[in-house]
Amino acid sequence: MPSAADPLWQRRPPVLVWGLAAASVLLLFALNLGALSAVFWRAEPGAAHFQPADWAALRFTLLQATLSALISVVLAIPVARALARRRFPGHRALVVLMGAPFILPTLVAVSGLLAVFGRGGMVNQALGRVGLEGFSIYGLQGVLLAHVFFNLPLATRLILQGWSRVPAEHLRLAAVLGFDRRAMWRHIEGPMLARVVPGALAVVFLICLTSFAVALTLGGGPRATTLELAIYQAFRFDFDLGRAALLALVQAGLGLAALLALAGLTLPGMAMTGLDRAAPPPPAGLTRLTDGVAIVMVAAFLLVPLALVVLRGVPHLAALPVQVWGATLQSLKVAALSVVLLALATCGLALAALWSRRAAPWLEGVGMSALLASPMVIGTGLFIIAFPFISPARLALPVTAVVNAAMALPFALRAVLPALQRAEDDYGRLSVSLGLGPWAHLRLVLWPRLRRPFGFALGLGAALSVGDLGVIVLFAQSGGETLPMQLHRLMGAYRTQDAAGAALLLLVLSLSIFVMLERLIGGKEPRHAGA
Amino acid sequence: MRYQFLAAGMLAALPFAAMVGPVAAQTSDRPVLTVYTYDSFISGWGPGPIVQEAFEAICDCRLNMVGAGDGAALLARLQLEGAHTEADIVLGLDTNLTARAVETGLFAPHGIEAALDLPIAWDDPVFLPFDWGWFAFVHDRERTPTPPASFRELIDSDLSVIIQDPRSSTPGLGLLMWVKAAYGDEAATIWQGLAPRVLTVTAGWSEAYGLFLDGEADMVLSYTTSPAYHLIAEDDDTKAAAPFDEGHYLQVEVAGMVANSDQPELARQFMEFMLTDIFQSALPTTNWMYPAVLPQDGLPDGFEALHLPETSLLFSADEAAAIRDVALDEWRNALSR
Repeated sequence: MPSAADPLWQRRPPVLVWGLAAASVLLLFALNLGALSAVFWRAEPGAAHFQPADWAALRFTLLQATLSALISVVLAIPVARALARRRFPGHRALVVLMGAPFILPTLVAVSGLLAVFGRGGMVNQALGRVGLEGFSIYGLQGVLLAHVFFNLPLATRLILQGWSRVPAEHLRLAAVLGFDRRAMWRHIEGPMLARVVPGALAVVFLICLTSFAVALTLGGGPRATTLELAIYQAFRFDFDLGRAALLALVQAGLGLAALLALAGLTLPGMAMTGLDRAAPPPPAGLTRLTDGVAIVMVAAFLLVPLALVVLRGVPHLAALPVQVWGATLQSLKVAALSVVLLALATCGLALAALWSRRAAPWLEGVGMSALLASPMVIGTGLFIIAFPFISPARLALPVTAVVNAAMALPFALRAVLPALQRAEDDYGRLSVSLGLGPWAHLRLVLWPRLRRPFGFALGLGAALSVGDLGVIVLFAQSGGETLPMQLHRLMGAYRTQDAAGAALLLLVLSLSIFVMLERLIGGKEPRHAGA
Repeated sequence: MRYQFLAAGMLAALPFAAMVGPVAAQTSDRPVLTVYTYDSFISGWGPGPIVQEAFEAICDCRLNMVGAGDGAALLARLQLEGAHTEADIVLGLDTNLTARAVETGLFAPHGIEAALDLPIAWDDPVFLPFDWGWFAFVHDRERTPTPPASFRELIDSDLSVIIQDPRSSTPGLGLLMWVKAAYGDEAATIWQGLAPRVLTVTAGWSEAYGLFLDGEADMVLSYTTSPAYHLIAEDDDTKAAAPFDEGHYLQVEVAGMVANSDQPELARQFMEFMLTDIFQSALPTTNWMYPAVLPQDGLPDGFEALHLPETSLLFSADEAAAIRDVALDEWRNALSR
């Protein structure tokens, strides 16, 4: 507890920090509990109950989310290790590109995946050419493939951060002591992973929890019904709001249970002091080969589907209908507003967690809460709350931005909080002994160590916001379409070629916004070993 | 570091400045008629823009078209808003949804006598059709030169089909009704036979049709009019709808007037306008459906090449509502195996 003996943090925290944190917490409560209560309140009186099909949906949701999280994280460990200790030309570009599947709209990503793994995809064509029987992507295997495709990049990024927080001194010491692989694992990698892996598992589990269109399409039929699809059905097929809310509650309970279980498994953070110096040269020999294989395999898995999205889109990019460009502007507005909100909420919650270490787990828990909620219920609940007072169409842009910011907040906190806490552990006392005030401490000591994770977090938030096809659908009216909406409409109007062009535009836009914000805020040169 | 704050400030100001725009544009003295419809109707490639321009030219009003997902989402939205809805007209429900729509008590009779060009008789006092089409399995003539001619032939074939989920898609629900109308009590058996042929089920029509065009499956559930798009817009005659001996189920798309509309006169004017030439002639090549009243110049070139089923199947709204849940259970049980 460095803060106990630390006069700096014994002062009352600035009003600005508490104000921001309190506003963020209130907003998140309003989004989650408020929306859910509104749906319950608007429901017809009468007990909503679980149907037999809902138990099947519950089982399938649990199964696919658990397996997706396990596979994504287990695969991410060797990739993150390889990326952490190898340097090669294009390293940075590869890390950025590998993040692309996570920020792509699911519709686009699925078409890329099918071009590789589908019935007529590259893999099956190659198998057919050498006389082997093809395989079918449709089934649980397809759902897992898609979820790993989306979440492996995120898991890799989260674990990579853990690796880069291992002080170079520890690695040097290990090299001097002649640690073999088992000793490295026991003393350095194991303890570090025990701190990072449960959080990564939790995040991926929560993302997969609310999946439904991908799960249905690649799952091959109604046996791949998730809870979110059951909510969708209760809402629009049966218009049974009570059942929709009940299912959303069960879904949130499932997520909460996973979150608590994994939080219990997480080792507490341990001060690992280092002086931000260069790491020793990585081990050579066989590990060089295995690292290379890990990087090449994952890069191929993630990048070939993306390359096919690009190839299909290029011929149609120039001739895109004018409506697509208008929608692009609208998406940029949503993303800009969403990033500002995300920055405020992240700063508020992360700094408040620094001031009060006891409240930190609770603050992060509330920050994660948007991932527990059903997007369908959030949208519907907000609609019920807003409708009596203001035309929903006027709220389309701000509501979408708020929800997008809330959805990106868990990732932002995951990225920023550990870096912030470590910087504080390493340098808090030094600042006190130098007599730095809170703001000078923030600006001179913490910010240089925070800007990279912060840039990553905001870039991610903006990119997710650009690609999101969530609540906007409930609120927008003609003229307010975002790019993902317009993409969907092109497909609904048979215009698959224009849609391919729009998909490429969306991919390029998401990635460039991500890179731009990460560079702009994170700075060009790594001043600190944070990923 | 200063330029970062500047950039952040600019990013922050942009959306707030932009939000003022649409609000200012709405101040006008003309009365506003609000039409709720499905998304693809109001998209830049749908009939929406043509309808809006033509109606505003004669009504001395502003036509506000609001898109709300698809037909089922549209009804859910209306139910959510209840009696306080801003909608004066709801356009885009089909006969599988109208019984539930009438139950809400939100709709008023249209009171319009019209000579409709539908394959069936129409006497619904509340809802008026604006277009219609037959569901069909669409295939590629080159890849599948001899498509199955019935559900039973499809079962016996080794073809793969993509269908839509009836819980989230109106064509998906239409297929449930089609099988039920053609086979009645045998529907469950038909679905068990079809199950191995179903490659996958998608949440919506556009995902399914996109997968079919990508070559993922041999056939996709769509409309007999789908090949007209490829023929007219892309000059591609390889897509065709497979004629089925059982007959084809109809989707009749309707509009209704909201009972406590504050613009009842304008709403009635719109319902009448809906059946005039200018509205109806826009439908075939924007909505890719048959117009409810044949325009004076007939159908566009290319439509004559489409398959015209001899038998049209359609449940009444009440029948459709009554068998919906049973049909869904049969479907789910067969496809969940």
